[in-house]
Amino acid sequence: MAVVSDQPTIDLREPGGWRRSKNQIATVLMYVAFVIILIPLGLVIFEVIAKGAKAISWQFLTNSTIPPNVMPLGQGGMGAAVVGTLEITAFAAVIAVPLGILGAVYINEYGGGGKSWLSGLISFMSNVMVGVPSIVMGLFIFTVWVIPHGLTGLSGFAGSLALACLMLPLVIRSTYEMLRLVPDHLREASYALGATKSRVTLTVVLPSAISGIVSGSLLAIARAAGETAPLLFTIGLVESTNSNLFSGPTTALPSQIFSNALSPYVGAEERAWGAALTLIVIAFILLFVARIFTARFTRYAR
Amino acid sequence: MSTGVQADPAKSAGSASSLTRRRPLGDRGFQVLALVAGLLVLAILIGIAVSTAQQGADWFSTAGFKGIFSTVWDVGNNQFGMMAFVYGTVISSVIAIIIAVPVSLGVALLLTEVVPRRWGQPIIVIIDLLAVVPSVVWGLWGILVLEPWIEPIYASIASGVNGIPVLDNLFGESNGGVSGASFFTCGLILAIMITPIITSLAREVIATVPAIDKEGAYALGATRWEMIRGAVWPHSQAGVVGAILVGLGRAMGETIAAALVIGSSVQVTSHLFVPGYSIPAVIANQFGESSGEFRSALIGLGLVLFVITIIVNLVARGVVERSARRSRGA
Repeated sequence: MAVVSDQPTIDLREPGGWRRSKNQIATVLMYVAFVIILIPLGLVIFEVIAKGAKAISWQFLTNSTIPPNVMPLGQGGMGAAVVGTLEITAFAAVIAVPLGILGAVYINEYGGGGKSWLSGLISFMSNVMVGVPSIVMGLFIFTVWVIPHGLTGLSGFAGSLALACLMLPLVIRSTYEMLRLVPDHLREASYALGATKSRVTLTVVLPSAISGIVSGSLLAIARAAGETAPLLFTIGLVESTNSNLFSGPTTALPSQIFSNALSPYVGAEERAWGAALTLIVIAFILLFVARIFTARFTRYAR
Repeated sequence: MSTGVQADPAKSAGSASSLTRRRPLGDRGFQVLALVAGLLVLAILIGIAVSTAQQGADWFSTAGFKGIFSTVWDVGNNQFGMMAFVYGTVISSVIAIIIAVPVSLGVALLLTEVVPRRWGQPIIVIIDLLAVVPSVVWGLWGILVLEPWIEPIYASIASGVNGIPVLDNLFGESNGGVSGASFFTCGLILAIMITPIITSLAREVIATVPAIDKEGAYALGATRWEMIRGAVWPHSQAGVVGAILVGLGRAMGETIAAALVIGSSVQVTSHLFVPGYSIPAVIANQFGESSGEFRSALIGLGLVLFVITIIVNLVARGVVERSARRSRGA
C-alpha cells in the first residue's frame, strides 16, 4: 500500500487507451532490448565461424610451431597455444576449485552462512573479489611470483596461479549459493546418526549439491579459459609447444589472438580468427556441459 | 585462525559434551582447511594491495600526488601522469553504462514479468552465451569488423553536428577527423560485455519482488507497465543500482577488448569519436617494454585501478546487501 502512495505519478484514472498504449510501448521496448543483445552476439558468432572455419584444420589445431606473422595461412598451426590453454586452465582449476569449494563450506557450514563476523566478511569480500579486474590479478602474480623468480618466473604455472585467483571467488560464490539450497533436515538426520561435521559435509552436503557445484565451477573455468589479461605478464609468449607447466615460458590461445590481432599481416589475422573459433568452441562446450549439470540439479531440487 | 577453530568445538561441546569429549583430529583438520581456504580470499586482496603498492612506490616517490593528477605521459622524459588514463577509463565505462543499462533492464523485465517461464530459458541461454564469449574475441571483432564499419558513421555524425554547440564538442571532429578506434567504440564493446552481468543481477533482484505487491497493483486495475513502475521498481531500485555499479566496475577493469579498440592515444578531450586510452589498456600494451620507473608507474596504475574497482564494488555490494536485508525484514 505504502508502495503505491510513493508513486503519485501513476494515475489509474488516465484515459484507458493511453494507458494501454503506454503498456504496449513498454512491452515492445523490452522485446527490442532483447533483439539488441541478439545482434552483437549473432554478428560475432557469424564472423568468427565465417572467418575462423577457413583456418581450422587438423594441422592448425595440432601443429606445434606457430609461424611468424608474415606467413600465410597453411603453414604451422596453433597446437602450442591449444596445449597451453588446456594445461594452464586445467591446472588453475585444480588449484581454485577445491579451495573455492572449501571456502564456501567454511562460509555456509562453519560460519552459519555469514552469521559469524569472519564468515560474513569472507562472504562479502569474495563478492567484491569477483569484481577485481583480471589484469590486476596478472600484475599481482607478476609481482609476487615472476619478479622473485627472475627470468625463470615466466611459466604456465604462473599463468595458472593468476587464473586461479580469478576463479577462486567465482567458485566460492556459486558453491555457496548451492550449499544454501541443501535442506537442513539432511544435515540434522546425519548428525542424529552421530556423524561428525566434516563427515556430514563431505558425504551428505557436498554430494547433494554436486551438480550445482560442478556447473558453477565449469562456468568459472569457461570464463578463465578466455581470459588474456592475467596471462600477459605471467606466461611469456613463445612459438612452439612447451608442455612443461613448471618451467619456461609458454603460450595460450587468447594471448596468440591478442598478439595476432595487432598484426598487419593477413595470415596472422586469419590465424587469429581460427584461434578465436577454437577458443569460443571450448568456452561454449564448457557452458553446454555446465547447463546439463544445472538442469540435473534443478530436477533434483524439485 | 585459532579463535575460529576453538569457538566452534566449544559450541558443539556445550550441546553434546557427555557424548563426545573431543572431536576427532580429522574433523578439526577439515575445519581448519576450510577456514584457510576462506581466509585466502582476504589474503589475496591484501596481497594485491601490498605488492602493487610496493612496486608502485618507486614511481610514487618521485612523482607524488602531482603524478596522479597530471595528464602528461612521456616515457622518454620519465613523465608518468595518470589522469589521462583515469579519464579514458571513466569515459568509456560511462558510455558503456549509458548504453547497457536500458537494454539490460529491458531484458531483465522481459524475463521476469513478460515472457512465460518456458520461453525464458532460451533467453537465459543467449545471455549466458554472450557472457562466455572471451573478451579477446570481442576485441578481435571490434578491431577487424566493427571499427572499419563504424568509422564512416562517425564521420557522417560528425559532419551532421558540425557547429551545434554541445553536440559538436562531443561528437564532432577533433584535429581533423574521427577514428573507428575511439572512446565510443570502446564504450560500445564494453556495453556488450557488461550487459549479461547487469541483466542477470537485475533479474535476481526483480525476482524477489513479492507476488502480493504485484497482484495488489493488478487488482487496482494497473496495466503491466504501471505495475512495474508502482510495485517492481520501488522494491528493486536499490538492487538495480547495485547491479549497475557491478557492471560499471566490470567495464572499468576490462582489459583486452579495450586495449584493442580504444585507439591507444594519451589525451583528455571531450570528443568521443577520437582515440583515447584507459588504465587496463595501457598496462596491457606497454608493460612488456617497460622497466624501472616506467614499470613502477604501470604497476601504480594497476593499484589505482584496483582501488577504484574495489570502491565501486564495495558500494555496489553494500547497496545490494542492505536492500536484500530490508526486503527480507519487510
